[in-house]
Amino acid sequence: MTPMRDTAEVVVIGGGVVGCAVAYNLAKLGLTDVVVVEKGYLACGATGRCGGGIRQQWSTLPNTRMAMASVRLFEGLEEELGYPTEYTQGGYLILAYTEDEVAQYRQNVAMQRGLGLDVRFLTPAQAHDVVPCLNTAGVLAATHCPTDGKGNPFLITRGYALAAERLGAEVNLHTTVTDIEVAGGKVQAVVTDKGRIATRWVVNAAGGHAAAIGVLVGLDVPVKPYRHEILVTEPIEPLFDPLIISFYHGTYIVQEPHGSILMGQGNPDEPSSYNLRSGLPFARSITRKMVWLIPCLKDVKVVRQWAGLYAMTPDAQPILGPVDDLEGYVQAVGFSGHGFMVAPITGQLVAEFIVRGETSLPIDGLSMGRFAGELVHREASVV
Amino acid sequence: MESVTIICRCEDVTEDEVRAAIREGLTSLDEIKRILRCGMGHCQGRTCGRLIARIISQETGVPASEQEWTTFRPPTRPVPMGVLAAPGERDDAHA
Repeated sequence: MTPMRDTAEVVVIGGGVVGCAVAYNLAKLGLTDVVVVEKGYLACGATGRCGGGIRQQWSTLPNTRMAMASVRLFEGLEEELGYPTEYTQGGYLILAYTEDEVAQYRQNVAMQRGLGLDVRFLTPAQAHDVVPCLNTAGVLAATHCPTDGKGNPFLITRGYALAAERLGAEVNLHTTVTDIEVAGGKVQAVVTDKGRIATRWVVNAAGGHAAAIGVLVGLDVPVKPYRHEILVTEPIEPLFDPLIISFYHGTYIVQEPHGSILMGQGNPDEPSSYNLRSGLPFARSITRKMVWLIPCLKDVKVVRQWAGLYAMTPDAQPILGPVDDLEGYVQAVGFSGHGFMVAPITGQLVAEFIVRGETSLPIDGLSMGRFAGELVHREASVV
Repeated sequence: MESVTIICRCEDVTEDEVRAAIREGLTSLDEIKRILRCGMGHCQGRTCGRLIARIISQETGVPASEQEWTTFRPPTRPVPMGVLAAPGERDDAHA
């Protein structure tokens, strides 16, 4: 094996989908002297533990705009990377169980349609038409966006990493960052357990561990990890197309192209932690909700459950871009459970910022500085 | 007719596919599982895990005993959703 490079233009910390998308996009824009460092293997953190959903239905305009741009990139990604993505557009169906949710969804749909998104407000009967096996008892309304969808997080991360390597980037697995050297207000080097890499830029794409990387440069990055659990069933015949969300129950459910049915939820009462253990309380809770929502699932067998981390920010929107008074440091963190679905556009925007100094979508509103003031635009559509 | 040895019966993964993946840099059980799906099916790797560890050993020289095993994830065997969802006296013990 060749030793790790000791100099680079950019060091990307994190071999999840965001880090690999950043590396690929940098190389695509001609900045090929990029080194990715990952302490485990590709997608071993939040990326590889997520549900794989790709949604454009958000409550805030920046999230919706980014998600729509991301979907346009997902649509051509398999061809662009020359690697399978298992991307399909089966839509998302979001259920409303309270009048407050109905009012919020009406607002969301108006904003989303204003951006040109094909999204519809549905009656319970119409929701039933979209998913005939759905129990609509208690459902007051729903929203449906047919171009929402899903993809395979493992394949997409690997596709980005392989494409980045082909263009000249270097990806180092099992490499842990131990320090970031700063002098004169500028990033100088990233130090790892496998050696030091002198660099002009460093990108923090460390997912649930973003705050620990921030500490290395003296920053208090407001990203906290929270456990979310998922379980998956044996594969069955195609049953429903869209990913179905109930914010009221804090759950989502989706059938994978492979046929298995995946469902997840977090526990709002659980404190922040790095806990990745699976629990029976989750398995009990979610199967109860889902057998009620889709009664024909009662005989389908659960084969596996696992947990992952949501890297939450105070407003549930990502932290993107540079920070004040530290030249060469860029963040792509705090995606609050939704990093996979915006990774393509995130990779592009971070690369544009580093290579060109400007981005094709505004990212000023996503800087860490926003937390200095009062939070006014919390993303409401988090599950 | 092409000669194939199935390594993972749940997900129909062949020995050739496993060897190709290792040669492409996926040198651990965890990495192979995530790309090829072996270990994600009904048996959860009980059949294919040891076989793959041995193939990794042949390809990389790392003995099976020194390889990191994938996390054992519940349930121990497949359980119908309706059974998990049913109320039961064991709820409190695990709350």
